[in-house]
Amino acid sequence: MGAGRLYTAVAAGGFRRYATYRAATAAGVFTNTVFGLILVYTYQALWNERPHLGGYDQAQAVTYVWLGQAFLSTLAIGGGGVEDELMERIRTGDVAIDLYRPADLQLWWLAADLGRALFQLLGRGVVPFVFGALCFPVSLPADAGRWAAFLVAVVLAMLVGFGIRYLVALSAFWLLDGTGVTQMGWLLGYFCSGMLLPLNVIPGALGEIVRVLPWSSLLQAPADILLGHADPLPTYLFQGAWAVVLLGAGRLAQSAATRRVVVQGG
Amino acid sequence: MGDFITLENVEKVFQVRRRTGLWRRERREVRAVDSLSFTVARGEMVGYIGPNGAGKSTTVKMLTGILTPSAGRLRVAGIDPARERTRLAHRIGVVFGQRTTLWWDLPLIDSYRLAHRMYRIPDARYRQNLDRLVELLDLGALLDVPVRQLSLGQRMRGDIAAALLHDPDVLYLDEPTIGLDVVSKARVREFLREVNAERGTTVLLTTHDLQDIEQLCSRVMVIDHGRLVYDGPLAGLHEAGESERTLVVDLERELPPVEVPSARVVRVEGPRQWLAFPAGQSAAPLVAHLAARYPLVDLSVREPDIEAVIARMYAERTAP
Amino acid sequence: MAEGRDRRIIEGVRAYGLIAGMWVRSTMAYRASFAMTTFGNFAATFLDFVAIMLMFSRVDALGGYPLPEVAFLYGLSATSFGLADLLIGSMERLGRRVRDGTLDTLLVRPAPVLAQLAADRFALRRLGRVTQGALVLGWSLTRVDIDWTVDRLLLMPVMVAGGCGIFCAVFVAGAAFQFLAQDASEVQNAFTYGGTTLLQYPPTVFAKELVRGVTFVLPLAFVNWLPATYVLGRPYPLDLPRWTAFASPLVAVACCALAGLAWRAGLRSYRSTGS
Repeated sequence: MGAGRLYTAVAAGGFRRYATYRAATAAGVFTNTVFGLILVYTYQALWNERPHLGGYDQAQAVTYVWLGQAFLSTLAIGGGGVEDELMERIRTGDVAIDLYRPADLQLWWLAADLGRALFQLLGRGVVPFVFGALCFPVSLPADAGRWAAFLVAVVLAMLVGFGIRYLVALSAFWLLDGTGVTQMGWLLGYFCSGMLLPLNVIPGALGEIVRVLPWSSLLQAPADILLGHADPLPTYLFQGAWAVVLLGAGRLAQSAATRRVVVQGG
Repeated sequence: MGDFITLENVEKVFQVRRRTGLWRRERREVRAVDSLSFTVARGEMVGYIGPNGAGKSTTVKMLTGILTPSAGRLRVAGIDPARERTRLAHRIGVVFGQRTTLWWDLPLIDSYRLAHRMYRIPDARYRQNLDRLVELLDLGALLDVPVRQLSLGQRMRGDIAAALLHDPDVLYLDEPTIGLDVVSKARVREFLREVNAERGTTVLLTTHDLQDIEQLCSRVMVIDHGRLVYDGPLAGLHEAGESERTLVVDLERELPPVEVPSARVVRVEGPRQWLAFPAGQSAAPLVAHLAARYPLVDLSVREPDIEAVIARMYAERTAP
Repeated sequence: MAEGRDRRIIEGVRAYGLIAGMWVRSTMAYRASFAMTTFGNFAATFLDFVAIMLMFSRVDALGGYPLPEVAFLYGLSATSFGLADLLIGSMERLGRRVRDGTLDTLLVRPAPVLAQLAADRFALRRLGRVTQGALVLGWSLTRVDIDWTVDRLLLMPVMVAGGCGIFCAVFVAGAAFQFLAQDASEVQNAFTYGGTTLLQYPPTVFAKELVRGVTFVLPLAFVNWLPATYVLGRPYPLDLPRWTAFASPLVAVACCALAGLAWRAGLRSYRSTGS
């Protein structure tokens, strides 16, 4: 009970911290909307040439674009999650203090990141999505059940997204300069999550591969549920499996890192 | 000609916007510096002190050309800092205590080479100044060391040398001894005295460390709420603020407040008591008096700190 | 007056060179990281192009343009933007410098602040982006069918230089905006990264109003759309006189002048409000 309250407080803190930067939030909304506009026109051109590409019709492709813009900062696909701060704490050695806290390091940061993600979804995600839905023909389900199923997939996507970024952040324990790894991390994430192109459009073996990688849990999985393109249950299983694997790997890396810190004496 | 820095009724007003509700904002004028006038002669070493937010750093920013005054006249070496920022830059050196301007990943000497070229220091002059600064600040062994590997004290010495390479007429120092250990502090102070004596560099020093002022400055200016509340020797500041020193007494056991003439007990905590007495008075008779009448274990004298002195001054000035 | 301005420009370029040189030497202190981030830069922009190639694995044309022509637009946009980013991309850090107070350390040095800031964190790794753009451009030139005339040939370098100038103006204007809103540095991304992404696709893909906006309001179209459609011998979606295809350098100069004014206003407001 006490632990539950602690992590809720941490999550609330994460939410509030990002909520204080109003100008940054407004700037982000603007930028996401502009990028959404650019992508929407290119997708429309693409689907004009090839209707039903990847099994989507044009309205579904447009919806996919605006979902991507809503998720970009929510799932920190292009960076900007709590991992930046965690890496900085590892670099400066402040993380040693975190390790002596009566809380679990991974759960602590997960809670903070979920708080952040929730704020980004509401503060930065909703406006571009609503803008897109009002200005372009989109395909949205009418029944509440599908929206609920979609939201569950979003939460799972948050867990997977954190799982990936936590591993990236922990690499800072072993590498002196983490910029290279972070850059590679968000690069892969950007492409493999389907931000540039829906994964079901990617042909051949490359398509087969990216569709089973963890990143496809982030945008493609929730989008397919919302667009009625996939059944919730198998999707949840896929996302859940990746969440368990990644968070478990994070746990192993964390204990290895902790041992290292203890050996070095902080 | 004697006056090297001149301020006449200088003012700096900021518009501060504060959020008062979810959407409502309130605009308020903050007078960071209010009709400030003073002059500093060439070669003077002046301490410029005041509580946080008093207008100290705003003044220094106006003197260095970073900020434009809202009103009044300001001259440094005959230059209007706000209008001729780059010309002024050649005449001044600035050291920000907590922000190094040295190149983090490069050997110390590289930062000096950049200054050499950026300030267009003639080669002979550069070599001569560098040699002298390296000698005075004992930097010889550090020149080839990347700045990130220097200790705080070494970095401060490196920063001061960087600010002096181009022979500035004025040196602004913002908290030059903050965070330094006792030995480094002494070294920095010693060096500043020498530079001032040798080159006649005018030095304006902002600090929280009273000892910086005591050991370096014959003159102190105190600013509070944007106004100059004191300008004179440090000794006078103690008088003006009627500051008090504190004698901390550890007794053998808990006792009621001790009774001594010319001092009063300001705090009691178990067997420890704090006695305040005028700063101008010697502690010796007080100690003798106490030792004769009470079971003493330990004693220590605490000097008044700047904040306390100014707080008292301010309280008295505004009192009816 | 004009002489003073020329002196300032020379001083600025000189200071820029000095500081940029220092940064190059600083990054060489971490060679492995340098190699990795240069490659990362290359790869990041390369994935952009992979997405376009994947699109063309499913279709033959986009907005009527086949792959080599889209690659031609892409290469021009990426090269111009990459050059501007290499030269003054660090200006987007202005907001951060205002917040942490380190802008003040630039103001006490005897060199124009704009030049010092532009050279700040100068990073050769950004060559990765330029290289990628140039490679795509080179590849497209081997595939695309252009009726090479002297004016079309001359237009190529003019276009890249003009485009770089226009993007530089966007960077400076964006930094000037950050004097007003220090936390809003992301707005700039919409025009810099957003701009280069937009220009990678044919103008025929976009709505007329959007094309009008980037032609007349924020003249990004002069980076590549207008001159490139002329080189390709294709019609531009808007009815414009032919000489506009050659106007990129003029537009770039005008944009830089406006951005310079905005910068001066921003810096003046900083110096009077102190953040």
